[in-house]
Amino acid sequence: MTAIEQDAPATADLAVDPEELARARRNRNEKIGQWVLPALVVIVTIFVWDRIVAVNELPHYILPGPGLVVEALIEDWGMLSDSLLVTLRITMGALFIAIVGGVGLAVLFTQSRWVEMSFFPYAVILQVTPIVAIAPLIFIYVDNRMVGLLICAWIVAFFPILSNTTLGLNSADHNLRDLFKVYGATRWQKLRYLQLPSALPYFLGGLRIAGGLSLIGAVVAEYVAGTGGNASGLAFRILEASYRLNIPRMFAALLLIALTGVIIFAILSLVSHLSLRKWHESALKRET
Amino acid sequence: MADGSEASPAPVGEDAMLSRPKLLSMSHVDKIFGRDVVALKDMNLDVRVGDFISLLGPSGCGKSTALRLISDLIHPTGGRIKWEVEKEPGSLSVVLQEPTLMPWATVEDNVFLPFRMQGKSKRSVISDIEEALALVGLEKFHGAYPRELSGGMKMRVSIARAMVTHPKLILMDEPFAALDEITRFKLNNDLLAMKEKIASTVIFVTHSVFESVFLSDRIVVMAARPGRVIEELTVTEPYPRTEDFRTSADYAAHCRRASDALKHAMELGQ
Repeated sequence: MTAIEQDAPATADLAVDPEELARARRNRNEKIGQWVLPALVVIVTIFVWDRIVAVNELPHYILPGPGLVVEALIEDWGMLSDSLLVTLRITMGALFIAIVGGVGLAVLFTQSRWVEMSFFPYAVILQVTPIVAIAPLIFIYVDNRMVGLLICAWIVAFFPILSNTTLGLNSADHNLRDLFKVYGATRWQKLRYLQLPSALPYFLGGLRIAGGLSLIGAVVAEYVAGTGGNASGLAFRILEASYRLNIPRMFAALLLIALTGVIIFAILSLVSHLSLRKWHESALKRET
Repeated sequence: MADGSEASPAPVGEDAMLSRPKLLSMSHVDKIFGRDVVALKDMNLDVRVGDFISLLGPSGCGKSTALRLISDLIHPTGGRIKWEVEKEPGSLSVVLQEPTLMPWATVEDNVFLPFRMQGKSKRSVISDIEEALALVGLEKFHGAYPRELSGGMKMRVSIARAMVTHPKLILMDEPFAALDEITRFKLNNDLLAMKEKIASTVIFVTHSVFESVFLSDRIVVMAARPGRVIEELTVTEPYPRTEDFRTSADYAAHCRRASDALKHAMELGQ
């Protein structure tokens, strides 16, 4: 076998190539490691956390053990799940308006350079001013608390969608633009069949960032709004629990917020992959 | 060589060329970019129905500028370009150096593009699309995405898109420059066959002497600084031209003439 390989390297691909085997093994290991390693880290962290609390006999109002946090999560589930729903509603609402507003403004910007030149700087100003500095004003002028929260979360979330989509709409291939012009495309046709598809990968990139940001926006806005009542989100539960030194509940609420963020990111990543998998470089697997 | 005295049904030679009806005329066309870059100076060209014209010249001679002017993407600084026949949507199409396909659309949807811009439904033109894909030999790939195709196949899709509306005039801007030689020869042969089938007129920009001689019946030689036409050659070899033409003494003689003209053009542009 080795003699044949040495004599005729052209047939080497029919034989088992050790390099290729190693590559396949490496790929397989990487795939498994992708899931197993983070899971392992979580398990170890929880174990160490539990031991630290137990060995040092830390009181639960300083650092509760993981068991206590789970207990709080189960015991307060009724209250926490209601709050989770409120936070989710604000987050989703803000993300939705961010998509509509961001894409809408981006389309408007690309239709007219004058509009873009006039308003883009103000979009930037809105973005770079910390939301905690604007929020108190918003809650003074907006009576409805829900609307105020939505506005705050929207301000945080819409910019990545706006800037990414604007970039995407403007980066349609120049030769394709010429081609559309030769074939007599109307402004609407150019937008619908050339610019929007070109902008899709950029938009989806912005969307993934905006998903996380709208959750952050919702939480921060709630802190600033700071009022309680029935329709309180997770951020308010954390504030409230901290006043009462109910640290396990703080941890439980925090856990829910983090989990929500991860799930939003995962869903948006999936949406992005599904929309681009047929044609875009970012979603293609390399064959060699 | 030219022999137009016989009243044959398919006359050949320069007289036959001159007897064809005019499609488009450029008269004293100038194009100046910026303040003083003369991209094209006093270009005169009568395009006749059925012509296969090559614009041959070194870079900077204004051949691409001429195509962009004819396709109405830019407008002349002076002179005028006039269509002698009625120009309708779909009368004009272009093939660029890059295949310029939409990566998010299937081969079929890419070829559908010119009709879509006319507001037609895909169902009403599906037979035209299939016919165009068959013409370039890609009927089996109608559902494929551009990334799945080789460079030569992408260019074939681009050509199918240009031919699907049966345009009166097809402008081609160095379409095969980026392809390997084997693919280029094959596409040269196929292009001639396709042109015969849809009976169109072609203006073809190239910097290859061999390509221009093999493909065209008129070669317009251009020089740079300023971009201008310096000479027009005719290749009287009748169509259909086959591989045999590539190895014939006539072909070699035409190539020699075109080479000399190109050399002269390069000297002028220095």
